Amino acid sequence: MSNILVWAVWIFAAFACIASAVGVVTFRNPFYSALALIGNLAALAVLYLLLGGEFVAAGQVLVYGGAVMVMFLFVIAYLGDKTDEAPWAGGPSWQIVGAVLAAAAVGTEVIVAIGSTASGSLSHSAPIARSFGSPEQIGRLFLTNHLIAFEVTSIVLLVAAVGGVVLGSHARVTEDDARA
Amino acid sequence: MHGPDVSWYLALSGLMFTIGAIGVLVRRSPLIILLSVEIMLNGANLALIAFARHFGHADGQVFAIAVMAVAASEVVVGLGLIVAMGRRNIELDVDKLRTLRG
Repeated sequence: MSNILVWAVWIFAAFACIASAVGVVTFRNPFYSALALIGNLAALAVLYLLLGGEFVAAGQVLVYGGAVMVMFLFVIAYLGDKTDEAPWAGGPSWQIVGAVLAAAAVGTEVIVAIGSTASGSLSHSAPIARSFGSPEQIGRLFLTNHLIAFEVTSIVLLVAAVGGVVLGSHARVTEDDARA
Repeated sequence: MHGPDVSWYLALSGLMFTIGAIGVLVRRSPLIILLSVEIMLNGANLALIAFARHFGHADGQVFAIAVMAVAASEVVVGLGLIVAMGRRNIELDVDKLRTLRG
C-alpha cells in the first residue's frame, strides 16, 4: 500500500518538475519563468524527500526557493520592460543544433538506463539507516571526509560576494561618468 | 526501496538537464539563460541524490549541497552582470553582445 502511495507522489512530482521546466524555457516574460522555476524547485524537493535527503530538501527550499529566487525576481522587477525578449530574428540553425544535442542527450540517457536496468546493477538499492541524510550525518561528512570541499566552497562564496560588489560599484561609477 | 528505482530518477534528471540545455541554446534573454542553467544544475543534483540513495552513502548529498553553493555564486555574478547591462542601457540580448566576437 505504501508502495502505491510512493509511486503516486513520484509521478505527481515528476510531472510537476517537467511541466515547470518546460514553462521556464517557453514563457516569454522572465517573471513567469522565474515563478515556474520556483515550482520546479519545490517539486524537486519532494523528490529529494522520497530519496531520503531531508537536509538537502530543506536546503533546496530555503536557499534556492527562498534566497536565490527572491534575488532573481527582484532583478527582473528592477529591470522592468527591458527584460522582454524581442521577436525571433535569427535563422533556424540554433534550433536545429539544440534539437540534435537534446536528442543525443536523451538517447544516451535512455541507453544507459536500459543497459543498467538490464544488467541488474540498478535494481537493488543498498539498505539505509533511519539517520540517512539527516543534518547530523551531512555535517559530520562535511567536517571529516569532505573538509577540503567545505573550505573551497566557502572561498567560492566569498569570491562571488566580492565579484557582486565589484560589478555593482563599477556600474555605479560608469553611470556617474556618463552623467558628468 | 519502495517505489521507483534509481533508473526512473536518472531518466527524469536527464530530461531536466536536456530541457535546460535547450533553454540555454535557444533563448536569447540572459535572464532566462541563467534560469535554464539552474534547471541543468538541478538535473545533475537529482542524479547525485538518487545515486546517494542507491548506494547508501550520503556523500552524494554532500556534493549536491556544494553544487547548490556554486549555483548561488553563479547567480550572484550573473545577475550582477545583467544589472550592469541594464544600467548602461545595453539591450538584454546575448546575440547582440559582439565585443568579444562571439
